[in-house]
Amino acid sequence: MLKKITLALLAMTAAGPALAFEPTRPVEFVVTSGPGGGTDNFARTVQSIIAKHKLMDAPVVVTNKGGGSGAEGFVYAAGYKGDPYKLTFGTNNEYLLPSVAAVPYKPEDLTPVATLALDEFLIWVNGQSEFNDVKSFVEAAKAKPGALQFGGSQSKDTDQILVSTIADVTGAQFRYIPFKSGGEAAVQLAGGHIDGNVNNPNENRGQWQAGMVKPLCVFRPDRFPQSDPVHDGKGWHDIPTCAEAGLAIDNYRMPRTVWLPAGVDEDAVAFYRDVLKKVSETPEWADYAAKTSQTSQFMAGDDFVAYQANDRENVLKVLKREGWLVE
Amino acid sequence: MGNFGYLMDGFATVITAHHLMIMMIGVMLGILVGVLPGLGAPNGVSLLLPLTFTMDPISAIILLSCMYWGALFGGSTTSILFNIPGEPSSVATTFDGYPMAKNGQATRALTLAFMSAGIGALAGVVMITLLSGWVARFALQFSSPEFFAVYFLAFASFIGMSANAPAKTLVTMMLGFAFATVGMDTISGGLRLTFGIPDLIKGISFLVAVMGLFGIGELLLTTEEGLRFNGIKARVRPIDVLKTLKEMPRYGWSILRSTLIGIWMGITPAGPTAASFMSYGLARRFAKDKSQFGKGDPRGIVSPETADHSAGTSALLPMLALGVPGSATAAVMMGGLMIWGLTPGPMLFIDRPDFVWGLIASMYLGNVVAVLLVLTTVPLYASILRVPFSIVGPVIVAIIFSGAYQVASSTFDMWLVLGFGILGYLFKKLDYPIAPLVLAMVLGDKAEDAFRQSMLMSNGSLTIFWSNPLVSTIMALGVLMLLWPLIAKAAGLRRPRRPATGHPAKV
Repeated sequence: MLKKITLALLAMTAAGPALAFEPTRPVEFVVTSGPGGGTDNFARTVQSIIAKHKLMDAPVVVTNKGGGSGAEGFVYAAGYKGDPYKLTFGTNNEYLLPSVAAVPYKPEDLTPVATLALDEFLIWVNGQSEFNDVKSFVEAAKAKPGALQFGGSQSKDTDQILVSTIADVTGAQFRYIPFKSGGEAAVQLAGGHIDGNVNNPNENRGQWQAGMVKPLCVFRPDRFPQSDPVHDGKGWHDIPTCAEAGLAIDNYRMPRTVWLPAGVDEDAVAFYRDVLKKVSETPEWADYAAKTSQTSQFMAGDDFVAYQANDRENVLKVLKREGWLVE
Repeated sequence: MGNFGYLMDGFATVITAHHLMIMMIGVMLGILVGVLPGLGAPNGVSLLLPLTFTMDPISAIILLSCMYWGALFGGSTTSILFNIPGEPSSVATTFDGYPMAKNGQATRALTLAFMSAGIGALAGVVMITLLSGWVARFALQFSSPEFFAVYFLAFASFIGMSANAPAKTLVTMMLGFAFATVGMDTISGGLRLTFGIPDLIKGISFLVAVMGLFGIGELLLTTEEGLRFNGIKARVRPIDVLKTLKEMPRYGWSILRSTLIGIWMGITPAGPTAASFMSYGLARRFAKDKSQFGKGDPRGIVSPETADHSAGTSALLPMLALGVPGSATAAVMMGGLMIWGLTPGPMLFIDRPDFVWGLIASMYLGNVVAVLLVLTTVPLYASILRVPFSIVGPVIVAIIFSGAYQVASSTFDMWLVLGFGILGYLFKKLDYPIAPLVLAMVLGDKAEDAFRQSMLMSNGSLTIFWSNPLVSTIMALGVLMLLWPLIAKAAGLRRPRRPATGHPAKV
């Protein structure tokens, strides 16, 4: 027995740096949204799956740092250069925020680990609205420039960038009203105070079930997969894609991303990548994606980097056109 | 089957040994997180959330909601005993609760607070039971202009409530607005007043400010005045609890008014904090004898507590019926609902009546359990004040600083607490009122967002605040409140002055 331990110890010292990373103390999950937000649900779902399937021995501590549209969390993580115990959860706000606000971190201050899912965007209107397809909606906006109001979460963030893109592609003009969250924009639409929003499926599902809002089209390359009907015999699969309905934006989605601070060892990145990969293959994860109507898609390494570069380029075009870029 | 039938089914689901056990645990944990400033209900509930992933949704929501009730009760305890609000919504309770405890009537203050809190909460649940459908539709009518009108009304009903010089009130209120703007701006997406300090991006937490202004500020004063709490000589007798219960009916009118304010603010949803401030302001305004307010007037405890709890309870209705959380804690629970596989929204009442009415039944029982638990422990809490200050003082300092750290796990916040503590001390020394600063900090940010959203909607025209009967009514009420002192004066001038009989001599 003793011999075995000695041997093991010897092996460990010998193998030293080549030994794979394994967390030996609690890992902090830094959530770049407040409790109850989309990123919070994402991180807590990952946490619960890791715990259930014992994918990691070290305990997990979740902290919410959602201040400043999530900048608080990224700045915090960026301050722990080389620390493999700070796993940060976000969206594309990691590389978007530094372009629109003078936040004290750069996108390069964090190392990409993986993307686990893509959240969808749809155009929604009030359930009683006269518009039944995106074409008539856009035509109405063209007829009265600036009269139709889009509500969305935050300013110069994914929602407003999408609204700006729609305006640019169609030549219509909309008024954008920023709210604190997608949930607020959902209720404002259900109450008929705004004309439309571009919420994620999860943010409007409850209101759609009750027929208080209805979807016009979805910004994904193909339709949603078949699922149970949500309202009035219609389900997610029955929603046309925006491109198919005559609005030429065939893909606009938001990645659910995980990051480590810059300067961590490749071993650590590989370790978490494997854990997250296993998470994404569990039935619980498939269940989460289905319930929230997100597309489960695991991307890491070069895939993730390429996706990020492409996404960033598209967004920067909008920011430049609108004059939102900060230096 | 009417709501009543559903409710009975709900009780049948909830009254099991298992669920009652969960209720007790939830309430006790809640009291604990409520008593510790900084931890608070939203943080407490999110800490507990992972534990509920494997539970069935009904047990899970009972655990979380009972924790919420417990935290609301716990928050009042520290407000009254140490002038440290455990929850933002119990700030208004400090105004009269702490002076009363200082006068040696801690038991009375705590009992008043807990009883009125319990009544408020039950009133909120009754409202949910009776009016769920109607209220959900009413809440939908609220948009940015209506929200602004509500905040305007909250400010207006609070104006003129402090006895200090108006200029001093204005100064502290403006400071509060400035603190509220720190951080990222919702409307423009830009950073404001952060001075390049990374720790300021998240803004200044209201809790941190309050813990410094009230907690540390008070401790500094106590230290200066000779290291003692005046309350320590008071005898703590359990019989005082019963005596206080007997005087409750006297505050019937205050309780009724505060309940209505609380329910309204909970469902709109402007939240329990706005409700408690507004209710305190109105209680003072409509009191015939205002001289005792701020010195331990029972109505100054009963009113904010009732409103706080009826708002906290009612806030769950918009969450369930519309999917819009009425408070930070409700937001966390909503996240929980989604993880348990339920979609908050109008269909929840139809799809899962067992869940919704189980929850509502548990709200009745949970609050009764909470009131009984806290009332029996009142003497225990009150005797804390008999511990010598040289022991309690340092413990409070430690609790405040660890609490400030827990708000956002930020060491910078501990420095902020210290800064606010010194500010609070100076304010008290120079006779500047703190309440307007706190009110401006809580509602300033929301009022600003609502105002600017309204301006975006109307293309910059102020007429949007008079554009429909709802918003016009609230605005008119606000203006009336604002001008009330003038109106009262004018009315008083026309009447011949009565001889000032029984007028208490000014100290």
